[in-house]
Amino acid sequence: MAKTDYQLIILGGGPAGLTAGLYAARDQLEVLLVEKGVVGGQVLVTDWIDNYPGFPEGLTGSDLVEKMAAQVARFGLKTYNGNVVKVELSAATKKLTLESGEELRSRALIICTGARPNKLGIPGEEKLTGKGVSYCATCDGPFFRGQEILVVGGGDTAVQEADFLTKFASKVTIIHRRDTLRATKVLQEKAFANERIEFIWNSNVVAIEGEKEIERVRIRNIENEEKEIAASGIFILIGTIPNSEILPLEQLGADEHGFIKTDEEMRTRVPGVMAAGDIRSKTVRQIINGAGEGAVAAITAQHYLSELD
Amino acid sequence: MAGENVKHLTDAEFEEYVLKADLPSLVDFWAPWCGPCKAIGPVIEELAGEYAGKVQITKMNVDDNPTTPGKYSIRAIPTLILFKGGEIVDQVTGAVGKTQLAAMLKKVT
Repeated sequence: MAKTDYQLIILGGGPAGLTAGLYAARDQLEVLLVEKGVVGGQVLVTDWIDNYPGFPEGLTGSDLVEKMAAQVARFGLKTYNGNVVKVELSAATKKLTLESGEELRSRALIICTGARPNKLGIPGEEKLTGKGVSYCATCDGPFFRGQEILVVGGGDTAVQEADFLTKFASKVTIIHRRDTLRATKVLQEKAFANERIEFIWNSNVVAIEGEKEIERVRIRNIENEEKEIAASGIFILIGTIPNSEILPLEQLGADEHGFIKTDEEMRTRVPGVMAAGDIRSKTVRQIINGAGEGAVAAITAQHYLSELD
Repeated sequence: MAGENVKHLTDAEFEEYVLKADLPSLVDFWAPWCGPCKAIGPVIEELAGEYAGKVQITKMNVDDNPTTPGKYSIRAIPTLILFKGGEIVDQVTGAVGKTQLAAMLKKVT
């Protein structure tokens, strides 16, 4: 890598990072976007998007990512593919250490590392991941054609993806720990109307069992009664946790779940460090506000940099 | 373009082309409906160009070829498996980046 010093580095290439990159590149800042995998973040695993304006027919997550990536490429945003292992922040310099040992430095930093699916943390889950345990209906749903599968969760993602999974599975049973869903009304109505979807209320999955692949799961209800259900697949869609392991959270300021707190201009407590997207402490995590926050963060970064000069 | 360096494998070709090959092979198990698979497509093509003659970079459509993914218990894609001498050297699932895949290929080059 030739150049190591930038005015602005954006850490993470989901919708927030890509939008921040779009604004910064159009502003002609010396900017680098660092992404550990491929750009797109969690949008890549979203089957269908009907709530991002400008696409009246809706579109797939990967198509939206492709369009966002093409748009930033048009303005020459530089991206670097690498895994950051350490983030050191001072008012003057923000330093990122990569797995390769290389270092990148910038005067301003926008953190858009996002979030990832939460796990149940129960026996068998780790061992059978990719062998019937899944966190991504779009990626893995078609492997379960004609089979009976389970979905855990009661939020938007769980209910929407359960509906999606009935395209393949003969029956989808939603297991939810409460007796009502948290998902948006329109999604709930669609799920209740879908005759391939059944519900098990007030129950937690306590173990996932099988040798080479899933054979059954054990659930326990609020009366503490346990039972076994045969299933070849289980989709765990119970919200997200922040990708914050490499971040100095105490210095940045975070909520009790590890999401970063910012003001309305996306500033963290550290001068010159902004956060945007799902990594932020907030209640609504949608593509549209992630992108919006990326735009605000880039403009804030631009103001910060111009005041330094 | 590097695209022509990516060999599209079928179940019938797998044993001869991968397991019995002198060169190591990376097999990208994918399907057209899989967003993350689509996203790593360009990375696979770039690697195919860079590793031509050193590692066979291949793709297998799991919809058209169910036998091989079944044999390796693949129930999530993209799954990328690196083979050498008929054995699995390494494997990874998800939309991984070029740097990580290059590090994986270092094990056989």
